[in-house]
Amino acid sequence: MIELKSNIPAGPIDEKWDKHRFDMKLVNPANKRKYDVIVVGAGLAGASAAATMAELGYNVSCFVFHDSPRRAHSIAAQGGINAAKNYQNDGDSIQRLFYDTVKGGDFRAREANVYRLAQVSVNIIDQCVAQGVPFAREYGGLLANRSFGGAQVSRTFYARGQTGQQLLIGAYQALERQISLGKVKMHTQSEMLDVVVHEGRARGIVVRNLVNGDITAHSADAVVLATGGYGNVFFLSTNAMYSNVTASWRAHKRGAAFANPCYTQIHPTCIPVSGDHQSKLTLMSESLRNDGRVWVPKKQGDHRPASQIPDSERDYFLERKYPSFGNLAPRDIASRAAKEVCDEGRGVGPGGLGVYLDFADSIKRLGQKTISERYGNLFDMYQRITDENPYEKPMRIYPAVHYTMGGTWVDYNLMSTVPGLHVIGEANFSDHGANRLGASALMQGLADGYFVLPYTIGNYLAGVKPEKVDVDKHPAFTDAVNAVKAQTNRLLNIKGKRTVDSFHKELGKIMWDHCGMARTREGLTLALEQIPKLREEFWSNVNVPGSGATLNQSLEKAGRVADFIELGELMCRDALHREESCGGHFRVEYQEEGEALRNDDDFAYVAAWEWTGDGQPQRLHKEPLEYENVKMATRSYK
Amino acid sequence: MRLTLHVWRQDGPNSAGKLETYPLDGIEAEMSFLEMFDVLNDKLTVEGKEPIAFGHDCREGICGSCSLMINGAAHGPWKGATTCQLHMRAFKDGDQIWVEPWRAKAFPMIRDLVVDRSSFDRIIQAGGFVSVNTGGARDANEILIGKETVDESMDAAACIGCGACVAACPNASASLFTGAKITHLGLLPQGQPERDRRALAMVEQMDLEGFGHCTLTGECQEACPKEISIDVIKRMNRDYAVASVRYAEPKEAVGAG
Repeated sequence: MIELKSNIPAGPIDEKWDKHRFDMKLVNPANKRKYDVIVVGAGLAGASAAATMAELGYNVSCFVFHDSPRRAHSIAAQGGINAAKNYQNDGDSIQRLFYDTVKGGDFRAREANVYRLAQVSVNIIDQCVAQGVPFAREYGGLLANRSFGGAQVSRTFYARGQTGQQLLIGAYQALERQISLGKVKMHTQSEMLDVVVHEGRARGIVVRNLVNGDITAHSADAVVLATGGYGNVFFLSTNAMYSNVTASWRAHKRGAAFANPCYTQIHPTCIPVSGDHQSKLTLMSESLRNDGRVWVPKKQGDHRPASQIPDSERDYFLERKYPSFGNLAPRDIASRAAKEVCDEGRGVGPGGLGVYLDFADSIKRLGQKTISERYGNLFDMYQRITDENPYEKPMRIYPAVHYTMGGTWVDYNLMSTVPGLHVIGEANFSDHGANRLGASALMQGLADGYFVLPYTIGNYLAGVKPEKVDVDKHPAFTDAVNAVKAQTNRLLNIKGKRTVDSFHKELGKIMWDHCGMARTREGLTLALEQIPKLREEFWSNVNVPGSGATLNQSLEKAGRVADFIELGELMCRDALHREESCGGHFRVEYQEEGEALRNDDDFAYVAAWEWTGDGQPQRLHKEPLEYENVKMATRSYK
Repeated sequence: MRLTLHVWRQDGPNSAGKLETYPLDGIEAEMSFLEMFDVLNDKLTVEGKEPIAFGHDCREGICGSCSLMINGAAHGPWKGATTCQLHMRAFKDGDQIWVEPWRAKAFPMIRDLVVDRSSFDRIIQAGGFVSVNTGGARDANEILIGKETVDESMDAAACIGCGACVAACPNASASLFTGAKITHLGLLPQGQPERDRRALAMVEQMDLEGFGHCTLTGECQEACPKEISIDVIKRMNRDYAVASVRYAEPKEAVGAG
C-alpha cells in the first residue's frame, strides 16, 4: 500500500522553499559524477533538467522517442510564459501570481508548490534571456509583456506566437552543449516502455529503439520522467500526434500513484473540426483574446454572414457575463460559455459548433499592421487551415482538449510514490489544481527543470549509494525486458481486423461524449461499461502490420493506444467519484446558475489512485488540501 | 477527389527503394496532406500491406518532424508552409503526385520517407549555444536589446530544423540552417563572447557531416517553411571569414593559485 507524504516544509509560505533548500542534503561536487540519472523526455522540463543536472556534475542519460530533442511538443506552445517581474509597474508580485494561480486552479492545487512556482518564475526569464531567447522587446530595449486569461496584470513574456519554440530551443541548446561536453548521453528514437523498480526504488528503464526494434535496459541511481500530458486520450486534441501517456502509465503500473486524472483542460480557442478525416486540432493562442472579441448572434439559427449582423444583434457573451475579465476569462469558464451558446443553437459555422473571435474593432483602433505584428503567424496559420482571411472575416473557434492538469502524483520534491522516480512538467499533477491559467505551462515546465528538481534530486541522491548494475544479468532488469518483449510480440501476433486508429477514435469519442466539457453520472457510468469492452476487443481484434525489428509506426501507436484505453477508464472513474464541479471538471449535477459548484467539505483533496493489478479498479488515496494563505472562495470573474 | 500517388518505398538503409503507385479516391479539399496519407495508410493496413513510414508530429508547422519532396518541391507547392500545413485544396481531381524523402548524403535513409537528420544536432553541439549555466543570470532587463535587433534575431531563430533547405539545395548544403543559428545568436549581445568560436566550429562541423558548399543558388530560402532569408548565409560567411583571421584558441592559464 502506498502512502502519500507531501513533504511540504514547515514555516511561513514565503520562507518554505528557502528553508528547504538549506535543509536539504547536498552531494559534494566530486561525488556528483558518481551518480547516474536518467531523464525521459526532452521538452521544456526534460531538456532543462537534463542540462542543469549535467552542469551540476551528474552523469545524465536522456531518452526521447523523437529523432531530435528539439521536436518535443513544448515547441508548439504559442502565447507566452508568465513571470512575476512587475516590469509593467501594474501591481504584480509573487504574492499576486501565487494568488491568481491558486484561484485559477479552483482551489485544488497545493499552496506551497504554487508559491514556489511564483518565486522562481522571475529566475526563469533571467535564465532564458542569458541563453539568447529572443523575447519581444519595446523600442527602448526593455522586455515587452502581454496579458493572459485569469489575470488583471500584464505579466506574460513572449516571442511572437512561438514562445514555446524559443524557450525549447534555449533549453535544447543548453542540452546540446552538455552533450558536446560529454556530460549527457543522448538516446534519440528510444521509447521508454517500463520502469525498473528494485528493492522499492526506481533503478532504471526499459526502452525500445524505434529504428531497429532493439529492447534494452538502462540503469541509474534516479529516474526522471518528463513525458508530458495525456490529452490524446481524446484522439482529437491540440497535442502533437505522438504525445502519449505510456511512460507515466507504465510507471503507474510499477507503483506510482496517478493523481486527479479527470482534470483536463479544454481550451476555448481552437479551429473547429472540419470532417471525419481530422487527425488533430489546432490551437489559436489565448493571446488573441487580448485584441479579439468573442461573440455569437443573439438569435438562434441566424445564418447571415458575420458582416451582415449589426452590433445590436450580437451577443459578446464573455463581456456580458464576466464584465471585469471580459474576453480574458480563464479557459475553463470561456470554454463552457462557448459550449453553452452553441447548445442554445446560436453557434456559427458548419454544424453550429463555433463562435466568432473578431478582430474588426482592434484593426480599426490599432491598424492592420499592429495586429499583424502581434499575431501575424497565427493569422497565417488560420488562413492555411480554413481558407478564410481573419483580417476580413472573424475567426471561427471552438473549444478543444489542450492540457492535462492531472498526472503522476509527486511530493514537494517532485518525487512520486516510487522512491527515486521523479516526475516533472505536465506529466506531474502538482501546480495547476483543476484548471491551468494561460502561459503557466511553460513556467511550470522550466521551473521544475531549471530550478526545482536539480536541487531536490540531490537530497534524494545524497541518501543512496551510487551503484552500477549489470543490466544483462540483474533479474529485475532482465524480467522487465522480457515483459516488454512479450507485450510487443503479443501486439504483433493478434492480427485482427481493426486498425489501431479505429480503436483510438472510438475511445476518443467515448471520452469526449462522457468525460469532456460536461460530465454526468449516467454518461460516466455508461463509459465505464463501454471502455472495458473496447479494451477486450482491442486485445483480440487489433491489426498491427509489419515486424518488431524495424521502424514500425503502427506498433508504436498500438502500445500507446493500449495504455490510453486503461487511462480512459481511470479518468472516468475519477470523474464519477468527484461529485462536485471544479475548474476543468464540470459535473452537470453540481452547478449554480451555470457556474461550477465546488464542494470543499467533501472534495478538498487530491485524488491519488494506486494500481492494483490488470483489470482491477485502482485504489483511491486522498491527500487533503489545506489552505493557510488563501481563503477558499467561490471563484468569480464577474 | 481522385488522385494517383507515386510514393518512395524502401525497407531500410541497405535495401533497394522504388516508387510505388497508389490510386486513391474520396480525398477532400479540407484534408491536410498528411491526413490524406493517414487515409492511404489505413487503406494499406486493411489490405494487409505495410503502411508508409513518414515523419510527423505536431501537424501545425512548428516541430520540424515532417518533410517530403512533393512533386519535386520540399514541403510541396505552398510557400512558407510545412508539409503538415499543406492542404489538399492545393491539388485537383485527377492529379498525379510524386512523394519522395529528403535526399542528401548527410541525411542517411531510415525507411520509406524517413531519413536521419541527427547531423543537424551535431552542428548545434559544435557551438550553437550561449555557454551559460543555470543560475546566476542577471536581471533580464539589464540587457537592453533594440526592437529591430531582436526582431531580426527572431527571424533567424524561427528555424524549425526540418532540413528542407538541404533537400532543396543542388549541393545539399546546410548553410541556411547553420547561418540561421549563427545569425540568431550573433545578433544578440549574449552571443558576442563566443561569436568567433561558434562560427568556426559550426561551419567546420557542417563540412565534416558531408553537407555540400553553398553556391548561393537561393533554392533554400524558397523552400524554407519559415521563409528564412539567404542573408543569414552572408552573415555566416562574414563571421567565418573574420573569425578565421582573428580567432586564436585560448591559452591554458598557468601559475594561478
